[in-house]
Amino acid sequence: MDADSLLLSLELASGSGQGLSPDRRASLLTSLLLVKRDYRYSRVLFWGRILGLVSDYYIAQGLSEDHLAPRKTLYSLNCMEWSLLPPATEEMMVQTSMVKGRFMGDPSHDYEYTELQKVNEGDKTLEEVVVRVKEETRLVSIIDQIDKAVAIIPRGALFKTPFGPIHVNRTFEGLTLSEAKKLSSYFHFREPVDLKNKTLLEKADLDPSLDFMDSLEHDIPKGSWSIQMERGNALVVLRSLLWPGLTFYHAPCTKNCGYIYVGTGEKNIDLPFML
Amino acid sequence: MEGSTAPKQEREHQPSGGRGEPWEEMTAASSQDPQPGSSEPPASEQRPHAGPQPRSCPPRSPQCRGSTPVGGLPEPGASCAPSPPQQPPSTPPLALSGQDPAVPGRTDKTTSATPDARRPPRDRLRQPSGGAESAPPEPGRSKGAALQQFQQTDSQQREPKDVSCNNSQPSARRADTLQEGDANASYDPDEPEPAEPEAAPSVLEIAIRNAKAYLLRSSSESGLNLYDHLSNMLTKIFDERPENAVDIIENISRDVKMVHFSKKLDTLHNENEMLSTYEIAEKQKTLFLQGNLEGADQELEDEIAENPLPNVMESAFYFEQAGVGLGTDETYRIFLALKQLTDTHPIQRCRFWGKILGLEMNYIVAEVEFREGEEEEVEEEDVSEERGDGESEGEEGGEGESPRPSYKAPQPIPKEESRTGANKYVYFVCNEPGRAWVRLPSVTPAQIVTARKIKKFFTGRLDTPIISYPPFPGNESNYLRAQIARISAGTHVSPLGFYQFGEEEGEEEEESEGGRESFEENPDFEGIQVVDLVESLSNWVHHAQHILPQGRCNWFNPIPKSEEEEEEDEEKAEEEKEEEPDYIEQEVGPPLLTPISEDLEMQNTPPWTTRLSSNLIPQYAIAVLRSNLWPGAYAFCNGKKFENLYIGWGHKYSPDSYTPPAPPPVCEEYPSGPEVTEMDDPSVEEEQAFRAAQAAVLPAEENEGTDEDEEEEEDRD
Repeated sequence: MDADSLLLSLELASGSGQGLSPDRRASLLTSLLLVKRDYRYSRVLFWGRILGLVSDYYIAQGLSEDHLAPRKTLYSLNCMEWSLLPPATEEMMVQTSMVKGRFMGDPSHDYEYTELQKVNEGDKTLEEVVVRVKEETRLVSIIDQIDKAVAIIPRGALFKTPFGPIHVNRTFEGLTLSEAKKLSSYFHFREPVDLKNKTLLEKADLDPSLDFMDSLEHDIPKGSWSIQMERGNALVVLRSLLWPGLTFYHAPCTKNCGYIYVGTGEKNIDLPFML
Repeated sequence: MEGSTAPKQEREHQPSGGRGEPWEEMTAASSQDPQPGSSEPPASEQRPHAGPQPRSCPPRSPQCRGSTPVGGLPEPGASCAPSPPQQPPSTPPLALSGQDPAVPGRTDKTTSATPDARRPPRDRLRQPSGGAESAPPEPGRSKGAALQQFQQTDSQQREPKDVSCNNSQPSARRADTLQEGDANASYDPDEPEPAEPEAAPSVLEIAIRNAKAYLLRSSSESGLNLYDHLSNMLTKIFDERPENAVDIIENISRDVKMVHFSKKLDTLHNENEMLSTYEIAEKQKTLFLQGNLEGADQELEDEIAENPLPNVMESAFYFEQAGVGLGTDETYRIFLALKQLTDTHPIQRCRFWGKILGLEMNYIVAEVEFREGEEEEVEEEDVSEERGDGESEGEEGGEGESPRPSYKAPQPIPKEESRTGANKYVYFVCNEPGRAWVRLPSVTPAQIVTARKIKKFFTGRLDTPIISYPPFPGNESNYLRAQIARISAGTHVSPLGFYQFGEEEGEEEEESEGGRESFEENPDFEGIQVVDLVESLSNWVHHAQHILPQGRCNWFNPIPKSEEEEEEDEEKAEEEKEEEPDYIEQEVGPPLLTPISEDLEMQNTPPWTTRLSSNLIPQYAIAVLRSNLWPGAYAFCNGKKFENLYIGWGHKYSPDSYTPPAPPPVCEEYPSGPEVTEMDDPSVEEEQAFRAAQAAVLPAEENEGTDEDEEEEEDRD
């Protein structure tokens, strides 16, 4: 959700029960403004909150002019002091994929797990190696995964300029009611992956300046989104079932839209059983 | 205005009269083509859309000369009039488009070209004359149309075959046309302007008109024209005044077009869409109204009698400090909905239990306790008992010959009485505040046991069947009720000392070993330090009964009863004894008011997290308790007050992924023993020996005896 309109966004996203306490809100409004100034972001998003056992991580993201460019992620434990997270790499993903369970809330906490590694000295032997993963690394990797999987934006809110970069569409007036009820009106807020694999026939109907991202409707598994109209059609709420805790809200026919993640930072791999 | 047209017409007639005569003669001579004549009147009427008409002209050009007057015959003056301007109009576009050099030298074709050019001016003339009768002519419109004509003539001239004019004449002609155009456009009878001073600016003017005519040309696909589109865009830009209009001009253009395209569709859709918006608003309006009316009538009574309504807003305020809860307006609506519930049912105590998220709709859950003796009975009789009856009938009705299946379903465990155990409270749910409250059925142990093994999302519709393995006995309302029971049992906590065991329950305790079942508020509760609550989990206690693995809160021993039933049939009793021990060890859980510090830990994950709501102002902060076992369950305590709330998907947390239960063990085959195995057939020697023995016993009746024996032996086989 946009840091500039944080209060309205929080109110809109409150249907899932996760909000911010007044003191957190106030401190975010103050500190995100400073973050924007210090890091020279063109836009700052309040990304959400990852619930730890001891304390919570508050996550914010800074966007540059090009909205699809890699985003900078910051975290904070007290909503005032923000630290920049390193960009996520493949290696981190592999490392942290072994770690299960809840976050602790301490960035320097070490997760330990044993791994069988091949040691090719003479005979082929397997050796148990204790691997340590810092929680910060895990945090980076999880945020990246969530961003790639479920960060969404309504169709038309961004547009591709003739020069390539993706900008906010200032004339975006919100989806109409009928569009707001369809998953095809929402896009993944990331570089397209599936779009390149589409056939020419499928691409024929797309508007190149608007449809440059992947649509939600082809997500796997089908039914990984719950789409609801709340407050008597005045608000669309999308909840990710794959990453429970991610809530996207959009008031049809207005510009108000955004997403927030409040959850444990764990993927729901039981989804097929639960549908 | 009518006055203005008449002179105009006259004026045009007069100059044309002299020059037009030769044309008239020529055309009259060759006027045999009836078709163009018939087609002309309509063409002249739809002059603004005259596009196709001139197009058809070039091919006809040789005949045209003759054909046009046919249409013009009724009023020869009018048809002749165009002849002077007919050539001139063609020149200015030429000059503009820079094609002048191409034109000269083709004087011989002037005659053929003129008929093409003739029509537009004539049309121009006609309209005012026709319009003079019915309505005042619109100068602007006719001007535009005339320009359109010019444009068309221009385009025709690019085709090589019809080239209009001599280079020698253009200036004179131009002057002529200009005068003509001027007369048409802005002729004022009061002060006729001299034609000559107009000449210089009007080139530019005509260029502008041409351009405008081009802009006004409507697209054949969409029916839009660029002129209107641009003006709409500018209107939009001026209306909205976006920051960097130049950057987003493409989008504005698209939006303007979109509006034009989808207007009709939108209104159709929106009307349908809006209905449901209004519908829920209408329903919620009753909430607010009902509050007013009831408040006025029953204010006194309510205040005197104990009010069952909880102070939702107060606890919502505290939960907001904790960063949990719904939006303010939604909370208030729920508050009103609870008031509606307490007003319509005999409710002694009511509480906002929480919200369970669903795929299509959510559930708002209210926990209520009915007044003594006034509970409304719901006729939902449990399935398990019926199942038991059916089996006993089957046993009685056996046919004797073929063995009946000896499998007996495990003894169904009866559900707990209302007001006890897991059915202590009654739960009402609704999808949205304002919609009707639905009472959930009471929960059976089987449902709880099964619900522990499955993990399903709620859909938001209570009658949805739960398709799962193992099969769930009931639909979504039962599953919802089972999950509510489990969540309540796990996460309803209170600060130590708030509740105490009732005096009279002490005696019962000895009888039912499971622990005391009821508690009451401690009148001497003096509050507890918030810091203590945060620092030590042992200051929080469960005030909901633990649910045993059996699915009940109070132990029910299934064995004695089953033995009584089976006394008739000894064999079966023995079988059961082989399988199960004589008595099942009683399942015991933690008793009521056990501190949560004794809760089981899951794989390095503590089951509870406590926190101060604010580190900045700790003296006024409240203690917040969060369940890690049931994500979404919260409790707060500010020292004196406490409340529990659940908002979430209704699922238990486990660090490992969900594993479906293993399939039940396959039944053993009957062991191979003497009842199953058979002897070999009797051999001849045996039979002979037997016969010899028989003969020895009964020597008298040899023949008959042997026959019978043989038969018997065969039967035995």
